[in-house]
Amino acid sequence: MSTPDIDALVNRSYRHGFVTDIESDTVAPGLDESVVRMISHKKGEPQFLLDWRLRALAHWQRMREPHWAQLRYQPIDYEAISYYSAPKQAKDGPKSLADVDPKLLATYEKLGVPLHERARLAGVAVDAVFDSVSVATTFKERLSAAGVIFCPFSEAVQKHPALLERYLGTVVPYTDNFYATLNSAVFTDGSFVYVPPGVRCPMELSTYFRINALNTGQFERTLIIADVGAYVSYLEGCSAPMRDENQLHAAVVELVALEDAQIKYSTVQNWYPGDEHGRGGIYNFVTKRGECRGRNSRISWTQVETGSAITWKYPSCILRGENSVGEFYSVATVNNYQQADTGTKMIHIGANTRSTIVSKGISAGHGQNAYRGLVKMLPSAHGARNFTQCDSLLMGKHSGAHTFPYIEVRNPSAIVEHEASTSRISEEQLFYCLQRGIGTEDAVNMIVSGFCRTVFKELPMEFAVEAQNLLAVSLEGAVG
Amino acid sequence: MTGTVETGAAASAAAATAAPAALLDIRDLQVKVGGQQVLRGISLTIGAGQVHAIMGPNGSGKSTLAHVLAGRPGYEIVSGSASFEGRDLFALAPEQRARGGLFLGFQYPVEIPGVNNAYLLKAALNAARRERSLAELDAFEFLELVRAKIKLMQIDESFLSRGVNEGFSGGEKKRNEILQMLVLEPKLALLDETDSGLDIDALKVVANGINTLRGPQHAIVLVTHYQRMLDFVVPDFVHVLARGRIVRSGDRTLALELEKRGYDWVSGQAAA
Repeated sequence: MSTPDIDALVNRSYRHGFVTDIESDTVAPGLDESVVRMISHKKGEPQFLLDWRLRALAHWQRMREPHWAQLRYQPIDYEAISYYSAPKQAKDGPKSLADVDPKLLATYEKLGVPLHERARLAGVAVDAVFDSVSVATTFKERLSAAGVIFCPFSEAVQKHPALLERYLGTVVPYTDNFYATLNSAVFTDGSFVYVPPGVRCPMELSTYFRINALNTGQFERTLIIADVGAYVSYLEGCSAPMRDENQLHAAVVELVALEDAQIKYSTVQNWYPGDEHGRGGIYNFVTKRGECRGRNSRISWTQVETGSAITWKYPSCILRGENSVGEFYSVATVNNYQQADTGTKMIHIGANTRSTIVSKGISAGHGQNAYRGLVKMLPSAHGARNFTQCDSLLMGKHSGAHTFPYIEVRNPSAIVEHEASTSRISEEQLFYCLQRGIGTEDAVNMIVSGFCRTVFKELPMEFAVEAQNLLAVSLEGAVG
Repeated sequence: MTGTVETGAAASAAAATAAPAALLDIRDLQVKVGGQQVLRGISLTIGAGQVHAIMGPNGSGKSTLAHVLAGRPGYEIVSGSASFEGRDLFALAPEQRARGGLFLGFQYPVEIPGVNNAYLLKAALNAARRERSLAELDAFEFLELVRAKIKLMQIDESFLSRGVNEGFSGGEKKRNEILQMLVLEPKLALLDETDSGLDIDALKVVANGINTLRGPQHAIVLVTHYQRMLDFVVPDFVHVLARGRIVRSGDRTLALELEKRGYDWVSGQAAA
C-alpha cells in the first residue's frame, strides 16, 4: 500500500470520523450467566469450555476494574455493552460487492480503501473475493501439507477440542486480570495455530489470510502452540484501519513454545485513535503472554502501536525452560489525545534464561506515553540475564513520556541492565535535513524512523515498510 | 502606470547587459541573534565559479553569515537583502534554498541515529533533481554515482550504510560533508570551518574534494579562522570580517598578511 493511500485512509477520514448504521444480530446489553450460556450454545461448544467460561464469569463478578495505569478515561459501563454481535456466516454474507450495504461501501470510499480490500473488509463471501481467494487457498494447501493448523478459534473448538482443552488458559488463566477474565467469559472468536513437532511453518501466518473470521468482535482470543522444535511467525493486524463500532476491546493472546520451539509474534495496531479533540477512539485493553515452556525455546514480541485512544498492553514472556529467550521490541506512538500505557513483563524462572526489551515511545500533540515493564528473576533463575533499553521521543510542547521500570531480582547470579533516554527531535537534526533539501515532514519521518530502526528491523520485511508509512501518517502535522 | 513598468524592465535589462548577474548578491545585511546585533551591514557579491574566503576572529559573525544565508531559524534579519540567481533568498524556505543549489557544510555536523547515511544523501539528491525536473535516481544509479566520490574522499564504502554522522570521528564528519557536497554539486557551497579539527592529511583530502567541485558552475565560500586551508584551496577573493562588518577585501595575499599580523590588526581598523 502506498503512502498516499494510507494518508487518505488514516488521517483525513479518521479526523472527521464516520458513523455507519448497519443492521446486526446483537443481544441486549448486559452480562450475566444466560449471556455466557447463549454465546457458548451459539458456538456449539463442548461442556469443558462452557464450564470454563462460567468460572471466569463468576470470578469476574467479584473483580474490580484496575486503575494503576497512567491512563485517564471516562468510566466504562459494562452493563451497557452488548456481549454478542453475531459474526455473519460466510454463506449468509453478501455474495458480491453489489449485495453489500451501500453505507458501508460509502465509508470505504470515504476512507480510500482499495477496491479489492473493500470486499474483504465488508465480509463478502470468500468465493466472491477474487484477489485474496486464490492466494489464500494456495496458502491453506501448503499449510495443511506441512501439518500446520491455522484456523478461526471457533473452528478449532469443533475440530481440535483436545488441543484446546490441553492448552487454553494455561498461560493466561481465567483468573488473571479483570480484562482477561472478562474475555474468558465472553470471547467470541479469534485465531488458533498449532505447529507440530519439528515443523518450520512454511510461511508467515497473517490474520489477513484468515478468511471467514474477520468479524471476530471486541473480545478476541488467540492461542498459538509451537510444539517441540517447531517455528512459526505470526503477523497480527494490518495498517488499513478496520471498521469497528465497539469502543472496548479486551483481547487475549496466549503463546506456548515447547522445547527448542520458536514463536515470533508481530503486531501492527492501527485502530481508530479518536479525533483531534480526544473524542471517540478504541479502548484497547489487551493481555498478551507467551510461555517458553521447554528448554531453548524462544518467544519474540514485536509491536508497532499507532492506533487506539487508550492502549493498555504488556506482551510478556514467562521464561520457564532452561536457556529460553524472551524478546520484546516495541514502537508506541501517541498523537492528539491518545494515551498508551504499554510495556512488557519478563519472568525468568529457568536457569540461563535471557531477555531483551527494546521500547521506543513517541509522543506528539497532547499524547501521553508510558512504558511499564517488569523484569523478575526468580530464585531458580541462575545466570539469567536481561537487557532493557527504553527510549522516548517527544514532539511539541504538550506531549508526555513516562517510564515505570520494575525490577525484582531474587537470584544473586542474575544480571539486569536498564538503559533509558528521553529526547526531542532536535532543531539541529531538522535543520540539517532541511539544508539538504529534504522537506519538514519527510525530515521528521526520517528522524523518527531512525529512532525506531532497531524495532523495525525485527519486523518481517513487508510489514516493516507498512509500519514505517503508518508511523509517518500518524505523526503528520506533529511538527511545524 | 504603464510607464513605471517599462522603466523597471528597461533598468533591469540595462543591468543585465552591463555585467553578468551575480550568483549571490548581499546588500547591507544586518542580523540580530538573541537581540544582539551580530552582522552590521554586510555587502558582498559572489559570481559563478568564484572562490571566496571569509576570515575573521571568533565572534566576528562569519558563521552567522553562512547560517543566515542557509536559512537557519533563530536569526532576525533587521535589514538588507540577499538575492540568489536574482531571487529573494530570504523569501525561500531552507529546503528550497538547498534544492536551488545552496549548500552549507556544517562546522559540527549533527548525528542522526538510525538514519542511513546513503538514504539521507539519496533523498537529498533526488529532492534537488525533482526541483530541476530531472528524473530521480534509483538505488543502483545512485550507488554508481556515489562510489566514485567516496573513493575520492578516501572513505570506506561501509560508511554509506552507517547512521548519519553516528559515531563518526571529527575528520569523518567533515569528509562526509564534502562527500555530500560533491554528490549534490551545488551552485554555491558555503563551507563553515570545514578545516577546523583536521590533521594535515585529512585537510589535504578535504581540500582535494573542494577543488574537484571548483569550476565555472560552482561558487565556493570558505569560512575559516586560519590561513592554512587556503594553501590548498586558493581563493580568488579574501574578505576579513570583524565585529559584523567586512573590514578588508583583497586577493590571496591578504590572507597571508593577516596571518603575519594577526587579527588585532583588522580589529583595530574596525573600531576606528
